[in-house]
Amino acid sequence: MQQAQHTTEQTSSELDTLLEVNNVEVIYNHVILVLKGVSLSVPKGGITALLGGNGAGKTTTLKAISNLLHSERGEVTKGSVKYRGEPVQRMDPETLVKKGVIQVMEGRHCFEHLTVEENLLTGSYTRNDGAAAIASDLEKVYSYFPRLKERRKSQAGYTSGGEQQMCALGRALMSKPETILLDEPSMGLAPQLVEEIFQIVKSLNEKEGVSFLLAEQNTNVALRFAHYGYILESGRIVMDGPAAELRENPDVKEFYLGMSEEGRKSFRDVRSYRRRKRWLA
Amino acid sequence: MSADFLYGIEVILNGLMAGVMYALVALGFVLIFKASGIFNFAQGVMALFAALTLVGIMEGQIPFSHLINEIFGTKIHNFGWEVPALLAIALTLLVMVAFAWAVQQFLFKHLVGQEPIILFMATIGLAYFLEGMGDLMWGSNIKTLDLGLPQGGSRVIEELSANLGGDDFYGFFIDKLDMVASVVAIILVLALIAFSQYTKHGRAMRAVADDHQAALSVGISLNFIWVLVWSLAGLVALVAGVMWGAKSGVQFSLSLIALKALPVLMLGGFTSIPGAIVGGLIIGVGEKLFEYTVGPMIGGATENWFAYVLALLFLVFRPQGLFGEKIIERV
Repeated sequence: MQQAQHTTEQTSSELDTLLEVNNVEVIYNHVILVLKGVSLSVPKGGITALLGGNGAGKTTTLKAISNLLHSERGEVTKGSVKYRGEPVQRMDPETLVKKGVIQVMEGRHCFEHLTVEENLLTGSYTRNDGAAAIASDLEKVYSYFPRLKERRKSQAGYTSGGEQQMCALGRALMSKPETILLDEPSMGLAPQLVEEIFQIVKSLNEKEGVSFLLAEQNTNVALRFAHYGYILESGRIVMDGPAAELRENPDVKEFYLGMSEEGRKSFRDVRSYRRRKRWLA
Repeated sequence: MSADFLYGIEVILNGLMAGVMYALVALGFVLIFKASGIFNFAQGVMALFAALTLVGIMEGQIPFSHLINEIFGTKIHNFGWEVPALLAIALTLLVMVAFAWAVQQFLFKHLVGQEPIILFMATIGLAYFLEGMGDLMWGSNIKTLDLGLPQGGSRVIEELSANLGGDDFYGFFIDKLDMVASVVAIILVLALIAFSQYTKHGRAMRAVADDHQAALSVGISLNFIWVLVWSLAGLVALVAGVMWGAKSGVQFSLSLIALKALPVLMLGGFTSIPGAIVGGLIIGVGEKLFEYTVGPMIGGATENWFAYVLALLFLVFRPQGLFGEKIIERV
């Protein structure tokens, strides 16, 4: 009985939408149109993947949500971003972090001259719940990333790429986030490390209840771990669906997973397909 | 011990104390440069402005009195009270924090993401603006700053050390004010280091120095950190202004102490706090010793250029400075 109640609670909470991006358009430097109306939603407790090739607009979408665009001369010119139903476009990153949305940037961006532990502690900058709570969260982060504990006193700039990725993710965790916008965690990492990082993301999602919006080029891995996926192409969402369905979709298989039932296709077909799709979109 | 040797030691001691003062000024540059990549040309003028403000507040001067008298035909100059030194220092510190806030709010906030050279130009403008502002607020006459700090040579040290040497040695001449200044500077430096190493905001300050974007992404407010850094630079300027002002009067030439800090920065590296300190000491001792040993042979007045020659040598052989940041790069 109790079990049943628990599951119904879980399903209803899973349907809650945390983040809602509605028809967002982003222009850089007043002239470069990068996002041409992107809409997506991130449910509570889910891992949502945002897929696409180079320059598709994944990073820009994440930055439009976390409001890191401003310092790069980018601007949301249309559409709305809502978190828990509240419009957040005009909020600075600081306020958003306090509301539980934090971004882990592409390329890690650890503070190179700070030690690993200091890096993690900067993540708790916005918190006011006291040193004890922060210390216990630090231990929790170390339990997810034992490797960071070994290297806690080394300067982050001298740690390996995988350790830096863990450090960046751990730093975000220290803010007690509800939603993490994770940008390209697989970048430049060896396949086993990518697997390791994604396993940690999965267990964070399951055990700590952190929701993820995950921008990733590595479609294969991302669709294995995500619950839902959006495919972005030159600033537009061209396809979306539950991850399992996307994995089985012949187009996704062909263009993003490199598999095809009819054997290898020539590049000419690929190009014409893309052109046709853009007209339809 | 021979008298020459003992005088040499006295020169080194004096050099060390001068060096601490250079280090103090250089520190103001390092703080701002590290956190925001801005080379603050106005640091010297900030020291002058802080000293002017301190004297003005202590003497109960009415700020902008010339301007007010000109416009309203009044003849007011003084509030008619005197403010005790400690309270005046606290008030001056408040003025410097307000200045830091204004600089961030009205100037650098609008220049985020601009080229370093543009930021540098902005600080040149700021320097001249602040200089004019200081004159306008407190008048341009030379002022004496009397905080009641001990002045003159220290008797105790002189008498204690007198019997170290022979008949022609009369003991070390150490200026009391220099000693006080050194102690204050050392305390300030230790406090700054402790702040940046062990506090949350200090850590955030260093994080911002490393990576603006990443700092922003974890919820650190760049605006706040920059105001904080400029306030700290204001504090350093105040201390430097007070010490130099007490020694040689508060006047325009006080702003030229910045010129003493440049070679220190070249030597120690623009981004290193220990570099600024060690650089300051090396330059202080170096120029005093050079003046003492080589100076008489070439007609003296070597203190003006020796520091720069030393700094140039360093630039040639170690461009990142003594403790300049090692460039970490991972590919």
